Amino acid sequence: MIYLDNAATTKMSKTAIDAMLPFMDKIYGNPSSLHSAGQEANEALYNARERIARVLGCEAREITFTSGGSEADNQAIISAARIGERQGKKHIISTAIEHHAVLHTLDRLKKEGFEITLLNVGENGIIEPNKVKEAIREDTCLVTVMYANNEIGTIQPIKQIGEICRQKGVLFHTDAVQAVGHIKIDVKEQNIDMLSLSAHKFHGPKGVGALYAKKGIRLTNLIDGGAQERGKRAGTENIPAIMGMAAALEEAVGNIDCNAKKLTVLRDKLINGLSTIPHSVLNGDTTKRLPGNVNFCFEGIEGESLLLLLDDRGVCASSGSACTSGSLDPSHVLLAIGRVHDIAHGSLRLSLSEENTEQEIDYTIKAVTEVVAYLRSISPVWRDLENGKQEFIIK
Amino acid sequence: MKALIAMSGGVDSSVAAYLAQQQGYDCIGCTMKLYHNEDAGIERSRTCCSLDDVEDARSVAYKLGLPFYVFNFTDAFRDTVIRKFIESYEKGITPNPCIDCNRYMKFEKLYERAKILGCDYIVTGHYVRIEEQNGKFLLKKALDETKDQSYVLYSMTQEQLAHTIFPLGDMRKSEVRTVAEQNGFINADKPDSQDICFVPNGDYASVIKLHTGKPYPYGNFVDKQGNVLGHHKGIINYTVGQRKGLGISSGKPLYVCDICPQSNSIVLGSNDDLFHNDAIATDFNWISGEIPQNEFRCKVKIRYRQPEQWATVTPTDKNTVHIVFDEAQRAITAGQAAVLYDGDTVLGGGAIK
Repeated sequence: MIYLDNAATTKMSKTAIDAMLPFMDKIYGNPSSLHSAGQEANEALYNARERIARVLGCEAREITFTSGGSEADNQAIISAARIGERQGKKHIISTAIEHHAVLHTLDRLKKEGFEITLLNVGENGIIEPNKVKEAIREDTCLVTVMYANNEIGTIQPIKQIGEICRQKGVLFHTDAVQAVGHIKIDVKEQNIDMLSLSAHKFHGPKGVGALYAKKGIRLTNLIDGGAQERGKRAGTENIPAIMGMAAALEEAVGNIDCNAKKLTVLRDKLINGLSTIPHSVLNGDTTKRLPGNVNFCFEGIEGESLLLLLDDRGVCASSGSACTSGSLDPSHVLLAIGRVHDIAHGSLRLSLSEENTEQEIDYTIKAVTEVVAYLRSISPVWRDLENGKQEFIIK
Repeated sequence: MKALIAMSGGVDSSVAAYLAQQQGYDCIGCTMKLYHNEDAGIERSRTCCSLDDVEDARSVAYKLGLPFYVFNFTDAFRDTVIRKFIESYEKGITPNPCIDCNRYMKFEKLYERAKILGCDYIVTGHYVRIEEQNGKFLLKKALDETKDQSYVLYSMTQEQLAHTIFPLGDMRKSEVRTVAEQNGFINADKPDSQDICFVPNGDYASVIKLHTGKPYPYGNFVDKQGNVLGHHKGIINYTVGQRKGLGISSGKPLYVCDICPQSNSIVLGSNDDLFHNDAIATDFNWISGEIPQNEFRCKVKIRYRQPEQWATVTPTDKNTVHIVFDEAQRAITAGQAAVLYDGDTVLGGGAIK
């Protein structure tokens, strides 16, 4: 099996697993307990928070543990909205290519009476910082822009957008789920007020993530109950997962340059290989993209059939986000970068990890090329295109 | 031999999957996602039937140890089945979308997927039988006539019949439920589906308006002579033979006899006015693939839940058939199917013009 769906989730690293194990059967106390078993767990929790904060360039008390990226996104956006509401500010700016954890939270606020501006991105999938500047109004309470896109891997000019928000006095949140552990992030240096991350995207465990929120930003609870996480997120802390996340993050960030270098070579080899398929197009920017992300559209192909046949040949791929309950709708991201509906349907996302090899990439190029050729050979749409009855959209 | 099982999440297709597996086929389960809940007027936030159905199907597939896929056919479904459904009502015709869904989704889109996956057969939970006779495939009614679904499958071709398995054709519903219970399927007690799947509460006019965003203007109810009897609420809200909900008080009961989209009027008349002897069926499919040369006698069914009637049938061209019933039939409705039977064998069918 060749696993090329690391944007959906990654294999846990040995380091992360080893870091978790003692917290299942040895140090299993509840960090809120008074006794020594609890104290020991609490110390570990404190330690994990400090290590994660150090990596992100913030303070430990600015980190809130959550159940993952989606919860962190929800809490960040809802918190900023409540802060804005109290000041009579009910306008939020975001982009058309955000993850659904952001878009659906914004939908909910819209129903409450917030006004949402979704900025368009260019054809390369990157937002122009000036557009953010122009969109900010007196009543804007939040700008939320994802760090790196989960489908097409484009990296946004976060530092510049953060700077604009600072100047205008508007809170700035970034969904950095795809970026953390893969590209260098320093929240202070990059003017980020709030940031969401998820452990399983960098070889940590699933079901755990974190929200960084700058000192002074009052968080709104999504879960009420005990006083965990300074009263901002109730429920006994998932200590094993948090320990795994801290270890995985340190490992990923420690190897970030070396991994990125290796991945970029593999990525570009894959992009070059797939570009030779006629009537295909790379989605996203060629350089400002995650080191492990490849995303193509093939004309005359249904993404679903492509995935089924690749799976049959042992290649685990995806046509976009895995978060839409098994359904494969044409991606809102591809539509936002100007791909028409039929083309967006024929998309393929391959997301690499540093464990992938050159041989695997060679095999994948061959497999995709053959499967695309086969599917086209039996497709009536393709016949019409070749006969000139219909015009090619991808030249 | 590999088989692709179309699993809706209901008890019938679940048992069909089990039986196909018992018969030794190498089975793959799948569910076709055909529409978004929002398109059917079901709110996203509600736990919704379609996603629940997918989960039921998945649960059964995993219980049987089958690989399971969800195929997203929402585009094709919207562009063929829903579009035709809407256009029919706009033309004053009463469609049967289940027939189109079988034709375009199960036996075209899904059949294509089956081929891609290297499957030799499609398996569904329809109550209907296929018999091979002298190298030809016959489509026959289910042994349990109360469940028979041959009416909605008249468009099947010889090639499709050769690659389809209907394991429930000789079973009773009670037997199917027993098999489901014995195997601990989650949906053993699930009630049969009644409505059109994308029209959850029978309010098809709201679904049409949701899709088109168009207003359907009020118009006149008229009698056969053209005298105005009152106002209707847009032609899409009515179907031939309808009596309820007209909002007209009259000495004798009035029925919808004709719907005229050009004049945006609806002709009302008495029950007697609804009876006719003739029907033309178009877009006709002969199951055998051969068009009879001469007129012949057979039984014809013009509505899903209605017994067949004797008629004389004349093929007038490749796609058209003229039907003359022995006895006048009530509310022969444009858009519904006319399906021809020789005993329990389906000869073919078409859409009433």
